[in-house]
Amino acid sequence: MPLISLTNVTKTYPPRSRNESPTPAVDGVTLDVEQGEIHGIIGYSGAGKSTLVRLINALELPTSGSVTVDGRELTGLKERELRKVRLGIGMIFQQFNLWNSKTVWGNIEYPLAVAGVPKAEHQRRISELLHFVGLVDQAHAYPDQLSGGQKQRVGIARALATNPKILLADEATSALDPETTRDVLGLLRRVNEELGITIVVITHEMEVVRSLAHRVAVMERGRIVEHGDVFDVFSNPQSQAAKRFVAGVVATAPEGETLEALRSRHPGRIVSFAFADGGTGQSAIFLELTRRGVTFELVHGGIDDIRGRTFGTITLALTGDERSIDEALATLTPVATITEAV
Amino acid sequence: MDRLIELMPRLWLSAWETVYLVGIAMVIGGLLGLLLGLALYLTRPGNLLQNRTVFAVLNVIVNTFRPIPFIILLAAVQPLARLVVGTGIGNSAVIFGLVVGSFFAISRIVEQNLLTVQPGVIEAARSVGAGPWRIIRTILIPEALGPLILGYTFIVIAVIDMSAVAGLIGGGGLGNFAIQYGYRLFDPVVTWAAVILIIVLVQFTQVIGNSLARAVMRR
Ligand SMILES: Nc1ncnc2c1ncn2[C@@H]1O[C@H](COP(=O)(O)OP(=O)(O)O)[C@@H](O)[C@H]1O
Ligand SMILES: [Mg+2]
Repeated sequence: MPLISLTNVTKTYPPRSRNESPTPAVDGVTLDVEQGEIHGIIGYSGAGKSTLVRLINALELPTSGSVTVDGRELTGLKERELRKVRLGIGMIFQQFNLWNSKTVWGNIEYPLAVAGVPKAEHQRRISELLHFVGLVDQAHAYPDQLSGGQKQRVGIARALATNPKILLADEATSALDPETTRDVLGLLRRVNEELGITIVVITHEMEVVRSLAHRVAVMERGRIVEHGDVFDVFSNPQSQAAKRFVAGVVATAPEGETLEALRSRHPGRIVSFAFADGGTGQSAIFLELTRRGVTFELVHGGIDDIRGRTFGTITLALTGDERSIDEALATLTPVATITEAV
Repeated sequence: MDRLIELMPRLWLSAWETVYLVGIAMVIGGLLGLLLGLALYLTRPGNLLQNRTVFAVLNVIVNTFRPIPFIILLAAVQPLARLVVGTGIGNSAVIFGLVVGSFFAISRIVEQNLLTVQPGVIEAARSVGAGPWRIIRTILIPEALGPLILGYTFIVIAVIDMSAVAGLIGGGGLGNFAIQYGYRLFDPVVTWAAVILIIVLVQFTQVIGNSLARAVMRR
Protein backbone atom coordinates (compact mmCIF):
# COMPACT_ATOMS: atom_id res chain seq x y z
CA MET A 1 0.00 0.00 0.00
CA PRO A 2 1.36 3.46 -0.86
CA LEU A 3 2.44 5.62 2.08
CA ILE A 4 0.67 8.68 0.69
CA SER A 5 -2.32 8.35 -1.56
CA LEU A 6 -4.30 11.17 -3.15
CA THR A 7 -7.46 10.25 -5.02
CA ASN A 8 -9.23 12.75 -7.23
CA VAL A 9 -8.23 15.63 -4.98
CA THR A 10 -9.47 19.11 -5.78
CA LYS A 11 -8.79 22.28 -3.80
CA THR A 12 -10.60 25.46 -4.74
CA TYR A 13 -9.90 28.68 -2.87
CA PRO A 14 -12.58 31.34 -2.69
CA PRO A 15 -12.00 33.89 -5.47
CA ARG A 16 -10.03 36.97 -4.44
CA SER A 17 -12.68 39.33 -5.79
CA ARG A 18 -16.37 39.00 -6.59
CA ASN A 19 -16.12 39.15 -10.36
CA GLU A 20 -13.56 36.35 -10.54
CA SER A 21 -14.78 32.82 -10.94
CA PRO A 22 -13.01 30.37 -8.61
CA THR A 23 -10.36 28.28 -10.36
CA PRO A 24 -9.09 25.21 -8.55
CA ALA A 25 -5.49 25.41 -7.32
CA VAL A 26 -5.39 21.60 -7.39
CA ASP A 27 -7.68 19.97 -9.91
CA GLY A 28 -8.57 16.30 -9.71
CA VAL A 29 -5.15 14.99 -8.72
CA THR A 30 -4.57 11.29 -8.18
CA LEU A 31 -1.09 10.44 -6.94
CA ASP A 32 0.61 7.70 -4.94
CA VAL A 33 3.89 8.06 -3.07
CA GLU A 34 5.55 4.80 -2.07
CA GLN A 35 7.26 4.12 1.24
CA GLY A 36 10.98 4.94 1.03
CA GLU A 37 11.02 6.86 -2.25
CA ILE A 38 11.96 10.43 -3.05
CA HIS A 39 9.09 11.75 -5.09
CA GLY A 40 9.51 14.98 -7.04
CA ILE A 41 6.71 17.33 -8.02
CA ILE A 42 7.76 19.88 -10.60
CA GLY A 43 5.85 22.75 -12.12
CA TYR A 44 6.05 26.46 -12.78
CA SER A 45 5.01 29.04 -10.22
CA GLY A 46 1.26 28.92 -9.63
CA ALA A 47 0.89 25.33 -10.84
CA GLY A 48 -0.52 24.29 -7.47
CA LYS A 49 2.50 22.47 -6.02
CA SER A 50 2.48 24.16 -2.61
CA THR A 51 -1.25 23.63 -2.28
CA LEU A 52 -0.83 19.95 -3.16
CA VAL A 53 1.90 19.37 -0.61
CA ARG A 54 -0.12 21.19 2.09
CA LEU A 55 -2.97 18.76 1.50
CA ILE A 56 -0.66 15.94 2.52
CA ASN A 57 -0.04 17.32 6.01
CA ALA A 58 -3.53 18.77 6.26
CA LEU A 59 -2.42 22.40 6.46
CA GLU A 60 -5.11 22.70 3.78
CA LEU A 61 -8.18 20.50 3.53
CA PRO A 62 -9.37 19.32 0.12
CA THR A 63 -12.58 20.68 -1.38
CA SER A 64 -13.24 17.17 -2.66
CA GLY A 65 -11.40 13.89 -3.02
CA SER A 66 -9.50 11.84 -0.50
CA VAL A 67 -6.05 12.04 1.06
CA THR A 68 -4.65 8.99 2.84
CA VAL A 69 -1.40 9.07 4.79
CA ASP A 70 0.07 5.90 6.24
CA GLY A 71 -3.24 4.10 5.88
CA ARG A 72 -5.20 6.89 7.53
CA GLU A 73 -7.89 8.84 5.72
CA LEU A 74 -7.45 12.55 6.55
CA THR A 75 -10.78 13.91 5.38
CA GLY A 76 -13.24 13.94 8.22
CA LEU A 77 -10.60 13.94 10.97
CA LYS A 78 -10.96 16.55 13.72
CA GLU A 79 -8.40 19.33 14.03
CA ARG A 80 -7.02 17.68 17.18
CA GLU A 81 -6.41 14.42 15.31
CA LEU A 82 -4.94 16.25 12.33
CA ARG A 83 -2.35 17.74 14.69
CA LYS A 84 -1.23 14.23 15.59
CA VAL A 85 -0.95 13.37 11.90
CA ARG A 86 1.24 16.46 11.40
CA LEU A 87 3.60 15.27 14.12
CA GLY A 88 4.43 12.33 11.86
CA ILE A 89 5.15 14.52 8.83
CA GLY A 90 8.09 16.94 8.76
CA MET A 91 8.09 19.99 6.50
CA ILE A 92 10.79 22.35 5.24
CA PHE A 93 10.28 25.60 3.39
CA GLN A 94 11.85 27.87 0.79
CA GLN A 95 12.13 30.74 3.27
CA PHE A 96 13.19 28.32 6.06
CA ASN A 97 10.53 29.77 8.41
CA LEU A 98 12.69 29.44 11.50
CA TRP A 99 11.61 31.14 14.72
CA ASN A 100 13.89 34.11 15.25
CA SER A 101 12.95 34.43 18.91
CA LYS A 102 14.42 30.97 19.58
CA THR A 103 17.95 29.65 19.25
CA VAL A 104 18.83 26.77 16.93
CA TRP A 105 18.41 24.53 19.96
CA GLY A 106 15.02 26.09 20.76
CA ASN A 107 13.83 25.67 17.18
CA ILE A 108 14.62 21.95 17.23
CA GLU A 109 13.20 21.50 20.72
CA TYR A 110 9.82 23.02 19.87
CA PRO A 111 8.35 20.04 17.99
CA LEU A 112 9.54 17.77 20.82
CA ALA A 113 7.63 19.90 23.32
CA VAL A 114 4.55 19.88 21.08
CA ALA A 115 4.76 16.09 20.79
CA GLY A 116 5.01 15.79 24.56
CA VAL A 117 8.42 14.11 24.53
CA PRO A 118 9.70 14.12 28.15
CA LYS A 119 12.17 16.94 28.79
CA ALA A 120 14.86 14.51 29.93
CA GLU A 121 15.07 13.11 26.39
CA HIS A 122 15.36 16.46 24.61
CA GLN A 123 19.10 16.88 25.15
CA ARG A 124 19.99 13.53 23.58
CA ARG A 125 17.62 13.89 20.63
CA ILE A 126 18.65 17.47 19.82
CA SER A 127 22.38 16.76 19.88
CA GLU A 128 21.79 13.69 17.72
CA LEU A 129 20.01 15.89 15.17
CA LEU A 130 22.66 18.63 15.36
CA HIS A 131 25.31 16.01 14.59
CA PHE A 132 23.29 14.62 11.72
CA VAL A 133 22.92 18.03 10.03
CA GLY A 134 26.43 19.17 11.02
CA LEU A 135 25.54 22.15 13.20
CA VAL A 136 26.83 21.17 16.63
CA ASP A 137 28.73 24.46 17.02
CA GLN A 138 25.68 26.59 16.22
CA ALA A 139 23.35 25.17 18.87
CA HIS A 140 23.10 28.45 20.75
CA ALA A 141 23.12 30.79 17.76
CA TYR A 142 19.98 32.60 16.64
CA PRO A 143 18.67 32.02 13.10
CA ASP A 144 19.58 35.55 11.95
CA GLN A 145 23.23 34.74 12.68
CA LEU A 146 23.25 31.80 10.23
CA SER A 147 23.83 31.52 6.46
CA GLY A 148 21.04 30.30 4.18
CA GLY A 149 22.46 26.79 4.00
CA GLN A 150 22.80 26.59 7.78
CA LYS A 151 19.22 27.83 8.20
CA GLN A 152 17.92 25.07 5.96
CA ARG A 153 19.93 22.53 7.96
CA VAL A 154 18.19 23.77 11.10
CA GLY A 155 14.89 23.50 9.21
CA ILE A 156 15.69 19.89 8.37
CA ALA A 157 16.71 19.07 11.95
CA ARG A 158 13.49 20.66 13.23
CA ALA A 159 11.40 18.72 10.70
CA LEU A 160 13.04 15.44 11.72
CA ALA A 161 12.86 16.01 15.48
CA THR A 162 9.83 13.81 16.11
CA ASN A 163 11.04 10.97 13.86
CA PRO A 164 8.50 11.48 11.09
CA LYS A 165 8.00 8.91 8.34
CA ILE A 166 7.55 11.61 5.72
CA LEU A 167 9.43 14.81 4.91
CA LEU A 168 7.78 17.44 2.70
CA ALA A 169 10.19 19.88 1.05
CA ASP A 170 8.53 22.92 -0.54
CA GLU A 171 11.14 24.60 -2.77
CA ALA A 172 13.69 23.87 -0.05
CA THR A 173 16.68 24.89 -2.16
CA SER A 174 15.15 27.66 -4.27
CA ALA A 175 16.58 30.43 -2.08
CA LEU A 176 20.09 28.92 -2.01
CA ASP A 177 23.12 29.32 -4.28
CA PRO A 178 24.17 26.35 -6.43
CA GLU A 179 26.88 25.09 -4.09
CA THR A 180 24.69 25.28 -0.98
CA THR A 181 21.90 23.66 -2.99
CA ARG A 182 24.19 20.69 -3.65
CA ASP A 183 25.00 20.39 0.06
CA VAL A 184 21.36 20.50 1.10
CA LEU A 185 20.34 18.01 -1.61
CA GLY A 186 23.12 15.74 -0.34
CA LEU A 187 21.72 16.02 3.16
CA LEU A 188 18.21 15.20 1.92
CA ARG A 189 19.60 12.13 0.15
CA ARG A 190 21.09 11.01 3.49
CA VAL A 191 17.75 11.60 5.19
CA ASN A 192 16.23 9.21 2.68
CA GLU A 193 18.99 6.60 2.56
CA GLU A 194 20.21 6.53 6.16
CA LEU A 195 16.95 7.23 7.96
CA GLY A 196 14.61 5.64 5.46
CA ILE A 197 12.34 8.68 5.38
CA THR A 198 10.03 9.14 2.41
CA ILE A 199 10.50 12.58 0.85
CA VAL A 200 8.19 14.63 -1.34
CA VAL A 201 10.22 17.36 -3.08
CA ILE A 202 8.45 20.30 -4.62
CA THR A 203 10.51 22.33 -7.05
CA HIS A 204 10.51 24.34 -10.24
CA GLU A 205 14.08 23.27 -10.98
CA MET A 206 14.56 20.11 -13.07
CA GLU A 207 18.11 19.86 -11.75
CA VAL A 208 16.76 19.17 -8.26
CA VAL A 209 14.49 16.39 -9.56
CA ARG A 210 17.29 14.87 -11.58
CA SER A 211 19.81 14.72 -8.77
CA LEU A 212 17.44 13.67 -6.01
CA ALA A 213 14.15 12.09 -7.05
CA HIS A 214 13.28 8.55 -8.04
CA ARG A 215 9.92 9.42 -9.51
CA VAL A 216 8.44 12.71 -10.61
CA ALA A 217 5.04 14.23 -11.30
CA VAL A 218 4.83 17.21 -13.62
CA MET A 219 2.15 19.72 -12.64
CA GLU A 220 0.46 22.33 -14.77
CA ARG A 221 -2.59 24.43 -13.85
CA GLY A 222 -3.50 22.24 -10.90
CA ARG A 223 -3.27 18.97 -12.80
CA ILE A 224 -0.66 16.27 -13.06
CA VAL A 225 0.19 16.11 -16.75
CA GLU A 226 2.93 13.51 -16.56
CA HIS A 227 4.03 11.03 -13.94
CA GLY A 228 6.73 8.42 -13.93
CA ASP A 229 10.24 7.30 -13.29
CA VAL A 230 12.65 10.25 -13.41
CA PHE A 231 14.79 8.48 -16.00
CA ASP A 232 11.81 7.88 -18.28
CA VAL A 233 10.54 11.44 -18.00
CA PHE A 234 14.01 12.82 -18.75
CA SER A 235 14.87 10.50 -21.60
CA ASN A 236 11.46 10.48 -23.18
CA PRO A 237 9.19 13.32 -21.98
CA GLN A 238 5.62 13.07 -23.28
CA SER A 239 3.82 16.26 -22.27
CA GLN A 240 4.67 19.75 -23.52
CA ALA A 241 5.36 20.84 -19.95
CA ALA A 242 7.78 17.98 -19.31
CA LYS A 243 9.53 18.63 -22.61
CA ARG A 244 10.08 22.25 -21.69
CA PHE A 245 11.50 21.33 -18.29
CA VAL A 246 13.79 18.67 -19.75
CA ALA A 247 14.99 20.96 -22.53
CA GLY A 248 16.16 23.38 -19.87
CA VAL A 249 18.70 20.97 -18.44
CA VAL A 250 19.63 18.48 -21.15
CA ALA A 251 20.42 19.10 -24.80
CA THR A 252 17.55 17.92 -26.98
CA ALA A 253 16.97 18.16 -30.74
CA PRO A 254 17.66 21.78 -31.79
CA GLU A 255 14.72 24.03 -32.62
CA GLY A 256 14.09 27.62 -33.60
CA GLU A 257 17.04 29.98 -33.46
CA THR A 258 19.49 27.25 -32.46
CA LEU A 259 18.51 25.27 -35.51
CA GLU A 260 18.79 28.33 -37.80
CA ALA A 261 22.28 29.01 -36.49
CA LEU A 262 23.33 25.41 -37.08
CA ARG A 263 21.94 25.47 -40.62
CA SER A 264 23.79 28.61 -41.55
CA ARG A 265 27.07 27.18 -40.30
CA HIS A 266 26.80 23.61 -41.54
CA PRO A 267 25.98 22.27 -44.99
CA GLY A 268 24.12 18.98 -45.27
CA ARG A 269 21.21 17.42 -43.42
CA ILE A 270 20.75 18.09 -39.74
CA VAL A 271 19.69 14.86 -38.03
CA SER A 272 19.16 14.20 -34.28
CA PHE A 273 19.55 10.77 -32.69
CA ALA A 274 17.97 10.31 -29.26
CA PHE A 275 18.76 7.19 -27.30
CA ALA A 276 18.23 5.91 -23.81
CA ASP A 277 20.00 3.25 -21.81
CA GLY A 278 22.94 1.28 -23.12
CA GLY A 279 26.11 2.67 -24.61
CA THR A 280 25.82 0.83 -27.95
CA GLY A 281 23.73 3.55 -29.58
CA GLN A 282 26.49 5.96 -30.40
CA SER A 283 29.07 3.57 -31.80
CA ALA A 284 26.40 1.87 -33.93
CA ILE A 285 25.50 5.24 -35.44
CA PHE A 286 29.08 6.21 -36.23
CA LEU A 287 29.95 2.76 -37.66
CA GLU A 288 26.91 2.69 -39.91
CA LEU A 289 27.55 6.19 -41.27
CA THR A 290 31.21 5.47 -41.94
CA ARG A 291 30.36 2.15 -43.61
CA ARG A 292 28.08 3.96 -46.08
CA GLY A 293 30.61 6.68 -46.77
CA VAL A 294 28.52 9.45 -45.17
CA THR A 295 30.55 12.33 -43.73
CA PHE A 296 29.31 13.55 -40.40
CA GLU A 297 30.04 16.28 -37.96
CA LEU A 298 28.77 16.48 -34.36
CA VAL A 299 27.06 19.88 -34.16
CA HIS A 300 24.83 19.78 -31.06
CA GLY A 301 23.72 17.64 -28.15
CA GLY A 302 25.01 15.78 -25.16
CA ILE A 303 24.90 12.65 -23.08
CA ASP A 304 23.49 12.61 -19.56
CA ASP A 305 23.14 10.10 -16.85
CA ILE A 306 20.69 9.59 -14.03
CA ARG A 307 21.88 7.20 -11.33
CA GLY A 308 24.09 5.30 -13.74
CA ARG A 309 21.68 5.09 -16.66
CA THR A 310 22.69 7.11 -19.70
CA PHE A 311 20.55 8.89 -22.22
CA GLY A 312 21.00 11.75 -24.60
CA THR A 313 20.53 13.35 -27.97
CA ILE A 314 23.29 13.98 -30.47
CA THR A 315 22.74 16.06 -33.55
CA LEU A 316 24.89 15.50 -36.65
CA ALA A 317 25.30 17.37 -39.88
CA LEU A 318 25.41 14.70 -42.61
CA THR A 319 26.88 15.19 -46.05
CA GLY A 320 27.27 12.67 -48.84
CA ASP A 321 25.19 10.69 -51.27
CA GLU A 322 21.47 11.25 -50.48
CA ARG A 323 20.55 7.58 -50.94
CA SER A 324 23.34 6.38 -48.64
CA ILE A 325 22.13 8.77 -45.98
CA ASP A 326 18.53 7.54 -46.31
CA GLU A 327 19.64 3.93 -46.11
CA ALA A 328 21.84 4.58 -43.09
CA LEU A 329 18.97 6.32 -41.27
CA ALA A 330 16.63 3.44 -42.09
CA THR A 331 19.11 0.93 -40.68
CA LEU A 332 19.56 2.96 -37.51
CA THR A 333 15.86 3.32 -36.69
CA PRO A 334 15.90 0.48 -34.13
CA VAL A 335 18.96 1.94 -32.37
CA ALA A 336 17.78 5.49 -31.73
CA THR A 337 14.83 7.82 -32.12
CA ILE A 338 15.72 9.78 -35.25
CA THR A 339 14.38 13.20 -36.14
CA GLU A 340 15.53 15.16 -39.13
CA ALA A 341 15.23 18.94 -39.12
CA VAL A 342 13.17 20.11 -42.09
CA MET B 1 10.15 81.29 41.53
CA ASP B 2 9.20 81.62 45.16
CA ARG B 3 5.74 80.33 44.37
CA LEU B 4 7.25 77.31 42.65
CA ILE B 5 9.33 76.48 45.72
CA GLU B 6 6.22 76.83 47.78
CA LEU B 7 4.32 74.54 45.38
CA MET B 8 7.09 71.91 45.20
CA PRO B 9 5.35 69.29 47.40
CA ARG B 10 2.20 69.67 45.31
CA LEU B 11 4.24 69.33 42.09
CA TRP B 12 5.79 66.07 43.26
CA LEU B 13 2.42 64.81 44.31
CA SER B 14 1.03 65.64 40.87
CA ALA B 15 3.92 63.88 39.15
CA TRP B 16 3.24 60.82 41.26
CA GLU B 17 -0.48 61.08 40.39
CA THR B 18 0.34 61.10 36.67
CA VAL B 19 2.49 57.99 37.07
CA TYR B 20 -0.29 56.33 39.04
CA LEU B 21 -3.10 57.27 36.61
CA VAL B 22 -1.13 56.23 33.56
CA GLY B 23 0.28 53.11 35.22
CA ILE B 24 -3.07 51.67 36.33
CA ALA B 25 -4.76 52.64 33.06
CA MET B 26 -2.00 50.99 31.04
CA VAL B 27 -2.10 47.74 33.01
CA ILE B 28 -5.86 47.38 32.46
CA GLY B 29 -6.08 48.99 29.01
CA GLY B 30 -2.91 47.23 27.89
CA LEU B 31 -4.30 43.84 28.77
CA LEU B 32 -7.72 44.51 27.22
CA GLY B 33 -6.07 46.01 24.15
CA LEU B 34 -3.85 42.97 23.81
CA LEU B 35 -6.90 40.70 23.86
CA LEU B 36 -8.84 42.79 21.33
CA GLY B 37 -5.73 43.15 19.16
CA LEU B 38 -5.24 39.38 19.21
CA ALA B 39 -8.90 38.89 18.33
CA LEU B 40 -8.54 41.28 15.37
CA TYR B 41 -5.40 39.49 14.19
CA LEU B 42 -6.66 35.94 14.65
CA THR B 43 -10.06 36.41 13.02
CA ARG B 44 -8.64 38.23 10.00
CA PRO B 45 -9.33 36.16 6.82
CA GLY B 46 -6.49 33.69 6.25
CA ASN B 47 -5.30 33.71 9.87
CA LEU B 48 -5.44 31.08 12.63
CA LEU B 49 -9.06 31.55 13.75
CA GLN B 50 -10.38 33.32 10.68
CA ASN B 51 -13.97 34.49 10.89
CA ARG B 52 -15.12 37.13 8.46
CA THR B 53 -18.15 38.24 10.50
CA VAL B 54 -16.37 38.60 13.83
CA PHE B 55 -13.47 40.38 12.14
CA ALA B 56 -15.79 42.84 10.38
CA VAL B 57 -17.73 43.59 13.57
CA LEU B 58 -14.58 44.16 15.65
CA ASN B 59 -13.19 46.35 12.90
CA VAL B 60 -16.24 48.59 12.88
CA ILE B 61 -16.22 48.89 16.68
CA VAL B 62 -12.56 49.88 16.78
CA ASN B 63 -12.93 52.32 13.91
CA THR B 64 -15.94 53.92 15.58
CA PHE B 65 -14.46 54.57 19.00
CA ARG B 66 -10.78 55.12 18.28
CA PRO B 67 -11.01 58.54 16.63
CA ILE B 68 -13.17 60.21 19.35
CA PRO B 69 -11.09 63.06 20.82
CA PHE B 70 -10.15 62.14 24.38
CA ILE B 71 -11.40 65.32 25.98
CA ILE B 72 -14.90 64.58 24.62
CA LEU B 73 -14.71 60.85 25.38
CA LEU B 74 -13.75 61.56 28.99
CA ALA B 75 -16.94 63.56 29.52
CA ALA B 76 -19.07 61.20 27.45
CA VAL B 77 -18.16 58.06 29.41
CA GLN B 78 -18.91 59.65 32.79
CA PRO B 79 -22.24 57.83 33.20
CA LEU B 80 -20.53 54.55 32.34
CA ALA B 81 -17.75 55.36 34.81
CA ARG B 82 -20.36 55.82 37.56
CA LEU B 83 -21.65 52.36 36.74
CA VAL B 84 -18.27 50.65 36.61
CA VAL B 85 -16.08 52.42 39.18
CA GLY B 86 -18.88 54.00 41.22
CA THR B 87 -18.04 57.63 40.51
CA GLY B 88 -18.04 60.01 37.59
CA ILE B 89 -15.34 62.32 38.96
CA GLY B 90 -11.87 62.12 40.44
CA ASN B 91 -8.91 59.87 39.68
CA SER B 92 -10.89 56.61 39.46
CA ALA B 93 -13.14 58.08 36.78
CA VAL B 94 -10.06 59.41 34.97
CA ILE B 95 -8.48 55.95 34.98
CA PHE B 96 -11.70 54.53 33.58
CA GLY B 97 -11.65 57.18 30.84
CA LEU B 98 -7.99 56.49 30.04
CA VAL B 99 -8.68 52.76 29.77
CA VAL B 100 -11.57 53.32 27.36
CA GLY B 101 -9.59 55.90 25.44
CA SER B 102 -6.45 53.79 25.01
CA PHE B 103 -8.06 50.37 24.63
CA PHE B 104 -8.97 50.70 20.94
CA ALA B 105 -5.71 52.35 19.94
CA ILE B 106 -3.76 49.62 21.73
CA SER B 107 -5.75 46.91 19.94
CA ARG B 108 -4.84 48.42 16.57
CA ILE B 109 -1.18 48.69 17.48
CA VAL B 110 -1.14 45.09 18.73
CA GLU B 111 -2.88 43.92 15.55
CA GLN B 112 -0.46 45.81 13.30
CA ASN B 113 2.60 44.44 15.09
CA LEU B 114 1.31 40.88 15.01
CA LEU B 115 0.78 41.27 11.27
CA THR B 116 4.54 41.81 10.85
CA VAL B 117 5.11 38.15 11.80
CA GLN B 118 5.66 36.22 8.56
CA PRO B 119 2.77 33.81 7.85
CA GLY B 120 5.34 31.11 7.07
CA VAL B 121 6.58 31.22 10.64
CA ILE B 122 3.06 30.43 11.86
CA GLU B 123 2.72 27.75 9.21
CA ALA B 124 5.93 26.11 10.42
CA ALA B 125 4.42 25.87 13.90
CA ARG B 126 1.22 24.39 12.48
CA SER B 127 3.29 21.89 10.50
CA VAL B 128 4.80 20.43 13.67
CA GLY B 129 1.32 19.90 15.09
CA ALA B 130 1.00 22.91 17.41
CA GLY B 131 -2.54 24.14 18.14
CA PRO B 132 -3.69 27.78 17.93
CA TRP B 133 -3.34 28.64 21.64
CA ARG B 134 0.12 27.19 21.89
CA ILE B 135 1.12 29.06 18.73
CA ILE B 136 -0.19 32.34 20.13
CA ARG B 137 1.70 31.96 23.41
CA THR B 138 4.94 30.40 22.21
CA ILE B 139 5.42 31.65 18.64
CA LEU B 140 3.23 34.62 17.73
CA ILE B 141 3.82 36.84 20.76
CA PRO B 142 7.55 36.01 21.18
CA GLU B 143 8.15 36.62 17.45
CA ALA B 144 6.43 40.03 17.62
CA LEU B 145 7.70 41.00 21.06
CA GLY B 146 10.22 43.67 19.98
CA PRO B 147 7.75 45.68 17.88
CA LEU B 148 5.04 45.10 20.51
CA ILE B 149 7.21 46.70 23.20
CA LEU B 150 7.86 49.69 20.94
CA GLY B 151 4.14 49.94 20.21
CA TYR B 152 3.29 49.89 23.90
CA THR B 153 5.93 52.53 24.59
CA PHE B 154 4.26 54.74 22.00
CA ILE B 155 0.90 54.21 23.70
CA VAL B 156 2.22 54.92 27.23
CA ILE B 157 3.47 58.25 25.97
CA ALA B 158 0.15 58.98 24.28
CA VAL B 159 -1.66 58.15 27.55
CA ILE B 160 0.63 60.49 29.52
CA ASP B 161 -0.46 63.14 27.01
CA MET B 162 -4.16 62.20 27.40
CA SER B 163 -3.93 62.30 31.21
CA ALA B 164 -3.22 66.03 31.03
CA VAL B 165 -6.94 66.79 30.73
CA ALA B 166 -7.81 64.79 33.86
CA GLY B 167 -8.68 68.05 35.64
CA LEU B 168 -11.80 68.27 33.49
CA ILE B 169 -13.53 65.70 35.68
CA GLY B 170 -11.70 66.48 38.87
CA GLY B 171 -8.65 64.26 38.46
CA GLY B 172 -5.09 65.22 39.32
CA GLY B 173 -1.69 64.86 37.72
CA LEU B 174 0.83 67.17 36.10
CA GLY B 175 -1.55 68.49 33.45
CA ASN B 176 -4.06 69.52 36.06
CA PHE B 177 -1.27 71.08 38.14
CA ALA B 178 -0.04 73.15 35.20
CA ILE B 179 -3.54 74.42 34.42
CA GLN B 180 -4.66 75.04 37.97
CA TYR B 181 -1.52 76.62 39.44
CA GLY B 182 0.27 77.85 36.33
CA TYR B 183 -2.11 78.83 33.55
CA ARG B 184 -5.06 80.03 35.64
CA LEU B 185 -2.81 82.09 37.97
CA PHE B 186 -0.71 83.54 35.13
CA ASP B 187 2.51 81.94 36.38
CA PRO B 188 4.54 80.59 33.42
CA VAL B 189 7.32 79.40 35.73
CA VAL B 190 4.95 76.97 37.39
CA THR B 191 3.51 75.87 34.06
CA TRP B 192 6.97 75.20 32.71
CA ALA B 193 8.03 73.26 35.77
CA ALA B 194 5.16 70.85 35.04
CA VAL B 195 6.03 70.75 31.34
CA ILE B 196 9.64 69.86 32.15
CA LEU B 197 8.54 67.04 34.44
CA ILE B 198 6.28 65.66 31.71
CA ILE B 199 9.17 65.81 29.23
CA VAL B 200 11.37 63.92 31.69
CA LEU B 201 8.66 61.31 32.19
CA VAL B 202 8.22 60.85 28.44
CA GLN B 203 11.97 60.59 27.82
CA PHE B 204 12.35 58.08 30.61
CA THR B 205 9.52 55.93 29.19
CA GLN B 206 11.03 56.02 25.70
CA VAL B 207 14.50 55.06 26.93
CA ILE B 208 13.13 52.11 28.92
CA GLY B 209 10.99 50.98 25.96
CA ASN B 210 13.85 51.24 23.49
CA SER B 211 16.28 49.31 25.62
CA LEU B 212 13.76 46.56 26.40
CA ALA B 213 12.95 46.22 22.70
CA ARG B 214 16.64 46.17 21.83
CA ALA B 215 17.22 43.44 24.39
CA VAL B 216 14.54 41.13 22.99
CA MET B 217 15.49 41.84 19.37
CA ARG B 218 19.19 41.33 20.19
CA ARG B 219 20.40 44.38 18.31
N1 LIG C 1 -4.50 30.80 0.40
C1 LIG C 1 -4.83 31.00 -0.88
N2 LIG C 1 -5.94 31.70 -1.20
C2 LIG C 1 -6.30 31.90 -2.49
N3 LIG C 1 -5.61 31.44 -3.55
C3 LIG C 1 -4.49 30.73 -3.31
C4 LIG C 1 -4.04 30.48 -1.96
N4 LIG C 1 -2.89 29.75 -2.04
C5 LIG C 1 -2.65 29.56 -3.35
N5 LIG C 1 -3.60 30.15 -4.12
C6 LIG C 1 -3.67 30.12 -5.59
O1 LIG C 1 -3.60 28.78 -6.02
C7 LIG C 1 -2.78 28.65 -7.16
C8 LIG C 1 -1.66 27.65 -6.87
O2 LIG C 1 -0.79 28.19 -5.91
P1 LIG C 1 0.41 27.37 -5.29
O3 LIG C 1 -0.10 26.07 -4.79
O4 LIG C 1 1.08 28.25 -4.30
O5 LIG C 1 1.34 27.13 -6.54
P2 LIG C 1 2.90 26.82 -6.65
O6 LIG C 1 3.40 26.38 -5.30
O7 LIG C 1 2.99 25.76 -7.68
O8 LIG C 1 3.55 28.08 -7.10
C9 LIG C 1 -2.28 30.03 -7.49
O9 LIG C 1 -3.07 30.55 -8.52
C10 LIG C 1 -2.48 30.80 -6.21
O10 LIG C 1 -2.73 32.15 -6.49
MG1 LIG D 1 4.91 27.21 -4.12
